[in-house]
Formats: sequence, C-alpha cells, structure tokens
Amino acid sequence: MSATTTATLETEEAEVGFLVRAKGAWTVRLVRDLDGPLREISPKRARGRDAVIDLTGLTRLDTAGAWLLHRTSEQLRVAGLRVSYRGETAEIRTLLDVAEGYRFGFNLRLPRPPAYIQLADRVGATLISVANEVRGLLGFFGLLLEVLWRTIKHPSRLRVVPLVHHMERAGLDALPIVCLMTFLIGGVLAQQGAVQLQKFGAEVFTVNMVAITFLREIGILLTAIIVAGRSGSAFTAEIGSMKMREEVDAMRTLGLDPMDMLVVPRVLALVIMLPLLTFVADIMGLVGGALMVWQMLDTSPGVFIVRLSEAADFWTFGVGILKAPLMALVIAMIGCYAGMRVTGSAESVGVQTTRSVVQSIFMVIVLDALFAVFFTAIGI
Amino acid sequence: MTDDDPIIRVRGLRNQFGSQVVHDNLDLDVRRGEVLGIVGGSGTGKSVLLRSIVGLQRPTAGTVTVLGRTISEMEEEERKRLEQQWGILFQDGALFSALTVAENVQVPYREHLGLPLDLMDELAALKITMVGLPSDACTKYPSELSGGMRKRAGLARALALDPDILFLDEPTAGLDPIGAAAFDTLIRDLQRTLGLTVFLVTHDLDTLHATCDRIAVLADKRVTLQGTMDDMLRSDHPWIKEYFTGPRARAAQASATG
Ligand SMILES: Nc1ncnc2c1ncn2[C@@H]1O[C@H](COP(=O)(O)OP(=O)(O)O)[C@@H](O)[C@H]1O
Ligand SMILES: [Mg+2]
Repeated sequence: MSATTTATLETEEAEVGFLVRAKGAWTVRLVRDLDGPLREISPKRARGRDAVIDLTGLTRLDTAGAWLLHRTSEQLRVAGLRVSYRGETAEIRTLLDVAEGYRFGFNLRLPRPPAYIQLADRVGATLISVANEVRGLLGFFGLLLEVLWRTIKHPSRLRVVPLVHHMERAGLDALPIVCLMTFLIGGVLAQQGAVQLQKFGAEVFTVNMVAITFLREIGILLTAIIVAGRSGSAFTAEIGSMKMREEVDAMRTLGLDPMDMLVVPRVLALVIMLPLLTFVADIMGLVGGALMVWQMLDTSPGVFIVRLSEAADFWTFGVGILKAPLMALVIAMIGCYAGMRVTGSAESVGVQTTRSVVQSIFMVIVLDALFAVFFTAIGI
Repeated sequence: MTDDDPIIRVRGLRNQFGSQVVHDNLDLDVRRGEVLGIVGGSGTGKSVLLRSIVGLQRPTAGTVTVLGRTISEMEEEERKRLEQQWGILFQDGALFSALTVAENVQVPYREHLGLPLDLMDELAALKITMVGLPSDACTKYPSELSGGMRKRAGLARALALDPDILFLDEPTAGLDPIGAAAFDTLIRDLQRTLGLTVFLVTHDLDTLHATCDRIAVLADKRVTLQGTMDDMLRSDHPWIKEYFTGPRARAAQASATG
C-alpha cells in the first residue's frame, strides 16, 4: 500500500528520547485505527525526558490528523515529558493551531438520567402537560363562547364566504365517505344481529335492534369520528401552517381577529353540517340494514318501514341528532385550538395534528358515554 | 490531473424546467484553492447551478467534471466517495432537526467512517470550535439556535470530513451585518487554513469584496463574465455595471478599501 492511502504509527525509545513517528496520510478517512493505539501510548520512563513527534514521514494531514497529533502531545506532556515536533512545516503548523484551539471538557452527549428517573420524569411531564392542555382548552372554550355570543349580537361580523367554504369542505365533501361507511356498517349490524337473534327465534326484532342502535348511537358516533379524522385534522393543519408562516400574526396587526376570521367560520360550519351529515348517515345505515334484512330474512322494505315506525319514535332519532351539534363544537374547537398552539417548525404542525385527532375522537366517545347516561336518567 | 486543471469544470451546461430554460450552454471553471463568488439576479439559476454540480439535479445537457471525474458518468459507489470530498452549506443550514448540533456534525462520521465514539466526540467538538460556536451549543437542537448559529453549525457539518471543496448557498443571507461580516471572515480564515476551494453563491457585495478571489456572473442563461473584481468594474455589460457600480456597490467598496 502506498503512503497516500495508509496512516501508520511507530513508537521507539530512541537516544533523543521517546520517539513517535507519524507516517502516511493522517486524514479523517484513514485515522480510525490509530485512535486506540495513540491513546495507549506510554513511554517507559516519563518524568523529565524528551519526547519527539516526528512528522517527516507525513504525506498528508487534515484537521482530524492534526487533532490526534495534538491530543497525543498533550497526553505526553501530562505524563511529564517535554514534547517537540520534528519536521513541522508551515501547513502542518496551521492545522496544529486549529487543533490547539479546541479545549477539552466539551459536553457533547445529552445527560441521560437512570431509567427509573426518566420514567418518573415522563409520567410527571405528561400529567403536567395534560393539565395544561385541559386548562388551555377550557380557556379557549370560554373565548370561543364569548366570540360566538358577540357574533350573535352583531351578525355582520360573521364571515359568510369562509363559512360556506368550510361547510362545503367539512360537510358536502364528507358525504361520500360517510354514506359508504354507514351503509356498510348498517348492513353488517343487521346481519350479525339477525344471526344471533335467529338462535332465539327472535329474528323479527332485528329491525328494532338496527333502528335503535343506529339512530341513537352508531350513526352519530361514526359520523363524528369520520369528521374528527377528516376535518378536525384539516383545521389544525390549516391554522397551524398559517401560524407557522406568521400569517396569524399578520392578521392581528392588520386589526383582524383570528378568532373571527379562522375559528368562528370553522366551528359554525361544523355545528351546522354535522347534524345534517348525521341525518344522512342515519338514513344510509337504515338502508343498509333494510337491504340486509330483506336479503337474509325476506322482510320486504315495506315491512321494514312499518316495523321501524313501531320500534322507533321521534326521540330515538332525536337523541342521536341532538348530540351532533355539541360533538361538532368539541371537534372544531379542539382542531382550531391545536392549530393555534403550533409554534415555529413544520414538525410542530405534525405533532399538533396528531394530538388534535386523538383528542377529538377521545372527546367524542366520552361525550357519547355522558349522553347515554344523561338520556337514560331523564328517561328517553 | 495536474494542479493547474480546474477542480470543477462545467461545459455546455443546459438546464430546463418545462419550457423555461434556466441555463443554456453554460461554461464555468473553478480553480483549485480559490474562492469563487457566483452572483446573479434572483431566479437566474445560481442554486440550480450549484445543485447540478453536486449532482442533486440532473442537467438537460452538458458535462460537469469535479476533481477530474465526470458526475453523470459515475457509478453509485464512486459518486458516494466523491461526495465525501465536498461539503455543502444549504441556505438555512439544513440541519437535521431531530438531532443536536454535535450529532449533526457526527452524522458523516457515523455513516461513512464508523469512527470510535470518543474520537467522534472530540472531532465534532473540534469542528464546532472551528466555526466559532460556543461549547454549550453542542447539545442544543437546531430550533434552539439563531439563524447565524444554525449556519455555523451547518458549516461545521459540511467541514466534518475535511472536504476539498466547500459549496455555500447564500451563506450571509438573513444575517445581520455584523454576523455576516463575521461569517465572511470565518469562511476566509477556514479557506486559508484548510486550503479549501470554495464555491460561493451570494447576493452580498460585502461578501464578494471580503472573501472572493474571483467572481462569475450569471446572466443571460450563462456565465457572462468570470474574473476578478477589477474585471467586473471594467465591464460594459449593463447588469454587471449596475450591480458592481450602483449605490450599494460603492458603499461596499468603500468599506472594503477604507
Ligand atoms: N425543481 C424545479 N422545477 C421547476 N423550476 C425550477 C426548479 N428549480 C428551480 N426552478 C426555476 O429555476 C429558476 C432558477 O432558480 P434558482 O436557481 O433557485 O434561482 P437563484 O439564482 O435565485 O438561486 C427559477 O426561475 C425557478 O423557478
Ligand atoms: Mg437560490
């Protein structure tokens, strides 16, 4: 191997003292295997002797090589030797000067405490951040109510164009997916119900089961979850990227209230559209159920409708639909709040979007459970 | 290859996006050990030129030869080896946001060399000192740094493997004048001590005065003029005249000579 593709090291106890010979190309690509041996260099008798680092065999040097030379000379000096270089050229000196500019004692690795402390730390940090999140969200809820009240008092403040735009995006555009999902789930529900009820000879009640579970629970729950995933995340990403590019700040300085411009249209759009979507979802679910029942139990659609009117009264449907505006409010609020919390980087948009979807789906289900208790308590 | 051959040679370069021709028949030479400043109006394709030289952008036509090897004819392996001989500082540093500054500098060591951990730490600290960052910057994440510090950290990463060529895309854009002047000095000092060849895209007249040995002007889809500052001042080309002798140019010149 030639002197330009290898880096070698020789040590020798010579007459002049302890001799370290650096040979070849001491460059960052070649010095890997020198690191260990250099650290282990130990002259026999140390105190008061001379050490010479011989550079005459060097064909190339870069900062990494210079660093190793410097580190070695320091090491020998600490061991009590008088260190000098032999064959030092101007170029080598410049590089050695660079290396000498660095003092030891840099802390490069982030301190990592033991695992149990990290665990406690993370649990604590999570609890605190959840508490902060809840407090922030409640604050935002209050602000939103205030702004909504202001909008009701002065309807001229309402931005109609964005409102309609968001109604289309969050409502109309969600129709196909909502219809498809609820239609399929309606069918599946009827099919599973029929199979189980047949065992008791009670298959006639399949219609009751489908109608009640769908109208009261499944229709609104499915729709709300789809909307939370679709529109809640979109709200966060839209507002978040505007926040990131300082558009929100620009808005404020121009005397426009971001609550009026960005939040109210989205919240209202969702509050208006989610009940409508739920209505469509209920119909599609029942259609899916009816088709499945027709196919499995030979109950014709006409009979299905008669059964339906016996099984479900207005409140079966009303209970489902009543939940929609409140869930819409929560989804839109969480989406917008998360968007407003975006700071600086694009990464933050991603983090907040994930958080917004998880939180709003969680809240939808919590709300649904609370509603179930409430409606049972008041007897409808 | 002798020492007199240009370290980067671009011949007949053509870059086209759809119907928009950015470069047409562009020739450029960068000599070993010089600082070459690339100037040109916004959108004249300075960044595209840089990207074509380092192989991030495949030119429509023409050849780019770096260190005697032609970029477009190279195998993957050879490309990788060549890439280790240059360092690039992107406009905003392009640091990896999930890594600390020290870890950013260590990425090339980890990926290409597999150095021992302790040595990696020492070399990263050395590079971070070299670019003039304080020691407590090592464990910070890019989002915790100011713009100027991010650029210095980006420079430290670009210098990690002791490259022969350093590409800089508008290194002083977005810095305050004092920070920009300090960065100019830093580049010049590093270039002298490490014997670097520097390809410097800039808008900044002060940077041109302070750091560049030669200047290449991008206009009319090619390098209209390549030469020293004096050559620029003598040119009759309207854009070059406007650029180098306009009111801001006179101020920069005064501060460089005065
Ligand atoms: N990937 C791309 N696709 C289409 N057009 C591009 C692309 N990259 C650059 N351009 C165009 O090439 C031109 C030159 O861009 P650029 O090199 O970034 O200019 P500058 O000189 O300001 O750095 C611009 O007009 C830009 O629109
Ligand atoms: Mg550019």
